[in-house]
Amino acid sequence: MPDYHTHEHDVLVVGAGGAGLRAAIEASAGGASVGLVCKSLLGKAHTVMAEGGIAAALANVDDRDNWKVHFADTMRGGQYVNNWRMAELHAREAPDRVRELEAWGAMFDRTTDGRILQRQFGGHRYPRLVHVGDRTGLEMIRTLQDHGIHQGIDVHMECTITRLLKDGDRCVGAFAYERERGRFKVFRARAVVLATGGVGRAFKITSNSWEYTGDGHALAYDAGAELTDMEFVQFHPTGMIWPPSVRGILVTEAVRGDGGVLKNNQGRRFMFDDIPPNYRSQTAENEEEGWRYTQGDKNARRPPELLTRDHVSRCIVREIKQGRGSPHGGVFLDIAWIKERLPNAAEHIKKKLPSMYQQFKQLADIDITREPMEVGPTTHYIMGGVRVDADTQMSSVPGLFAAGECAAGINGANRLGGNSLSDLLVFGKRAGEFAATFARQQSGAAIDSRQLDDAARQAVEPFERSTQGEGPYQVQYALQEMMQELVGIVRNEAEMRRALDGLARLRERASRVGVGGHREYNPGWHAALDLHNLLTVSEAITHSAIERKESRGGHFREDYPDKDPAFGTVNVVVRKERDGRMAVSRTPIPEMPLELKKIIEEMK
Amino acid sequence: MPTSATFRVWRGDRTSGEFKDYSTPVSEGMVVLDAIHQIQAEQANDLAVRWNCKAGKCGSCSAEVNGHPKLMCMTRLNQLDLSAAVTVEPMRSFPPVRDLVTDVSWNFQVKKTIRRFKPRPPEADGTWRMFQSDVERVQEFRKCIECFLCQDVCHVLREHHMFDQFAGPRHLVYAAALEMHPLDTDDRVRDLKKDRGIGYCNITKCCTNVCPEDIAITDNAIIPLKERVVDRLYDPVAKLLRMVRGGAHDV
Ligand SMILES: Cc1cc2nc3c(=O)[nH]c(=O)nc-3n(C[C@H](O)[C@H](O)[C@H](O)COP(=O)(O)OP(=O)(O)OC[C@H]3O[C@@H](n4cnc5c(N)ncnc54)[C@H](O)[C@@H]3O)c2cc1C
Ligand code: SF4
Ligand code: SF4
Ligand code: FES
Repeated sequence: MPDYHTHEHDVLVVGAGGAGLRAAIEASAGGASVGLVCKSLLGKAHTVMAEGGIAAALANVDDRDNWKVHFADTMRGGQYVNNWRMAELHAREAPDRVRELEAWGAMFDRTTDGRILQRQFGGHRYPRLVHVGDRTGLEMIRTLQDHGIHQGIDVHMECTITRLLKDGDRCVGAFAYERERGRFKVFRARAVVLATGGVGRAFKITSNSWEYTGDGHALAYDAGAELTDMEFVQFHPTGMIWPPSVRGILVTEAVRGDGGVLKNNQGRRFMFDDIPPNYRSQTAENEEEGWRYTQGDKNARRPPELLTRDHVSRCIVREIKQGRGSPHGGVFLDIAWIKERLPNAAEHIKKKLPSMYQQFKQLADIDITREPMEVGPTTHYIMGGVRVDADTQMSSVPGLFAAGECAAGINGANRLGGNSLSDLLVFGKRAGEFAATFARQQSGAAIDSRQLDDAARQAVEPFERSTQGEGPYQVQYALQEMMQELVGIVRNEAEMRRALDGLARLRERASRVGVGGHREYNPGWHAALDLHNLLTVSEAITHSAIERKESRGGHFREDYPDKDPAFGTVNVVVRKERDGRMAVSRTPIPEMPLELKKIIEEMK
Repeated sequence: MPTSATFRVWRGDRTSGEFKDYSTPVSEGMVVLDAIHQIQAEQANDLAVRWNCKAGKCGSCSAEVNGHPKLMCMTRLNQLDLSAAVTVEPMRSFPPVRDLVTDVSWNFQVKKTIRRFKPRPPEADGTWRMFQSDVERVQEFRKCIECFLCQDVCHVLREHHMFDQFAGPRHLVYAAALEMHPLDTDDRVRDLKKDRGIGYCNITKCCTNVCPEDIAITDNAIIPLKERVVDRLYDPVAKLLRMVRGGAHDV
């Protein structure tokens, strides 16, 4: 392979967010030589943006907490279509993974007796989120980064994988371009771990960065792996909505966890008006009880603002649609009101939510200690992803593993806040460990040069069309606009069929996109190559959403507004057929062991 | 606010470059990064720029706006004079790569040379006790988003190019976080003087003034470290005391 710069590793990890870093650290500890590839600089992955916290049943704040409660909460939140084994492993192992971070230098906020402090969050029965103010993701990624750089891991920054390489059925490497010079690279590996994060850029309003183009999802799909639960997209209830340029930027749930309330333009706390039956016994009777809960009263139940995200988002949409929204088309989120209850409220807010305070002050000229914020739903997270084995995180393609947001299973139909950061740690570690083990058992592989030449040819196509073709951004914007409109928070069959037609047309347009300039650090070129991934995940989301003819968690259909028990026993799976078609099927969820069923019953 | 504004953007590669003017529509609430993105989408698809979070959390979008080191995503247009062209250029202390993108790899190399965290053994239950009052000081340093704006502005690097001798304010903050970590047992004081060149800093506070995270870099990180260097390396009494007491955490 004379034309490509080639690197060889036992384990190649694609992605340097929490999941990728944790996987790389573990694989390397297991004796494997590890390559770690990421699109941005080290430490800039999406994980850095996480605010609220890491969910782990440490029971430091409420000793009634334990893994069983966390497990039951996660299953309830996911509406019981989760991979129960993953939910179990996650709940059991998260506490150790968090303590490990402390051994690597993390500094979480403390309880008065010097232990790790935990905060309230939606859907978690007890205070469970380990945090540092509202910059928990930064603490986590920096800890892993600073630990990881001493582990002998080969880091390839600003390098983008465009294709997975195979030898027969096995995944044996990846093809990439590096941003800086635009040169191609070939990674040979005995095992590959995908940790590429999410797909938020398929929608117009999102809390996600440019990196979130569903690369890992599409890479795995194209390599023959199955994707599952793709209909389940999480629309976070509170994104910024004004001014327009900040639309979508996240307002952490911790605002509500610390006492913030949602109100419509009549000043009504509308969340009290619609509490789902399966949460009624856990929800506060009145505003007084809700307030006491946020202040740590163990006998109080949580306010309805902390119901699951899918539900809160829909309630907000309802208020707006029925004309009770705020001036810029959202609702009000008010934390300033706590000054009625606390003497030094302004200081308290700045201490607890420093980056929210800054964000609103600098970007919207709003002082959140004095005025309410305007918020509305924003595309935040995808529950769906690569279908993996719960224990090892291996996909249906031998040698290809996935962890973190790009893998599916733990969250079912809806993710609870905080369960992503813990997922990254628990399953990042597992993926790294088992990838290293898998790699040890493999002999060398052959990569035929046709695969490489094909990948290279495809990558330079946009230049051949040069600027006579349409620009990549216009196609990207059209896609985002359409997905937001037709496959967003409230869905129906007719609109989604239109979306499929639209996607076919966009695919056609994407095939004619051209870019100018040369290959060195050329964002137009990168955006052109990302289009294939965005289109693939959009198709997967739309097909899966058409297939699930019911409403559950993050997936709401106005033509099937109720939950259908028949769909409670299946996951929707998509796979690429030999002829390139997307095949959609329903796969039964395996029977849950009796002991786990009992836990769920007990916690009802 | 006017309805459009001109941005004088640096376009160049490793060896040369020039400013180019782009005029683009502006509206309420926009930040410099929005304008750059608009220009990129509509007029210059290949305009190179780094960004990720668009909310001041990742430290990717550092640049010099009208000559001031800034995060482009947190610089509102209404804070700028739009009657003249707004200049946007890359951080000048680092080698240029393309347009607004610079080669910051030196920072990653330097960090690796600083001794890693080494905690004391945990308590019997396998965990550690630390009190909020003890961690707060270090939490300030851990807010760093590695935007490298402080490195960009520090004259030891910017004007004197002492990249081989001086770690720069960012890494002094990093070292301070480790040195003042209540659990850490390693000692970086000698390295700081010998290899990291802490002595070159003459506490001008330029770094503190540009830090988007409001870290009091000079007062809270560098000066206390300098004091340790002075105590430890020049004051035999303090040194002896330390040996008797064990551990490196006197301040
Ligand atoms: C604003 C915000 C706040 C959040 N707050 C919380 C919270 O409080 N608690 C919580 O649990 N969750 C939270 N989440 C969700 C959580 O942060 C993410 O789900 C999680 O960080 C994803 O981590 P990851 O390791 O899977 O991927 P990421 O951290 O996104 O990393 C993906 C990596 O893959 C790389 N990559 C992608 N494609 C390629 C490619 N083709 N080639 C090479 N590299 C590639 C990227 O460069 C990056 O390094 C929040 C999310 C957002 C947006
Ligand atoms: S205070 Fe020291 S580190 Fe900061 S800019 Fe001045 S010389 Fe550089
Ligand atoms: S210390 Fe401040 S200015 Fe320097 S890199 Fe960190 S955040 Fe940026
Ligand atoms: S884009 Fe993250 S700090 Fe500006």
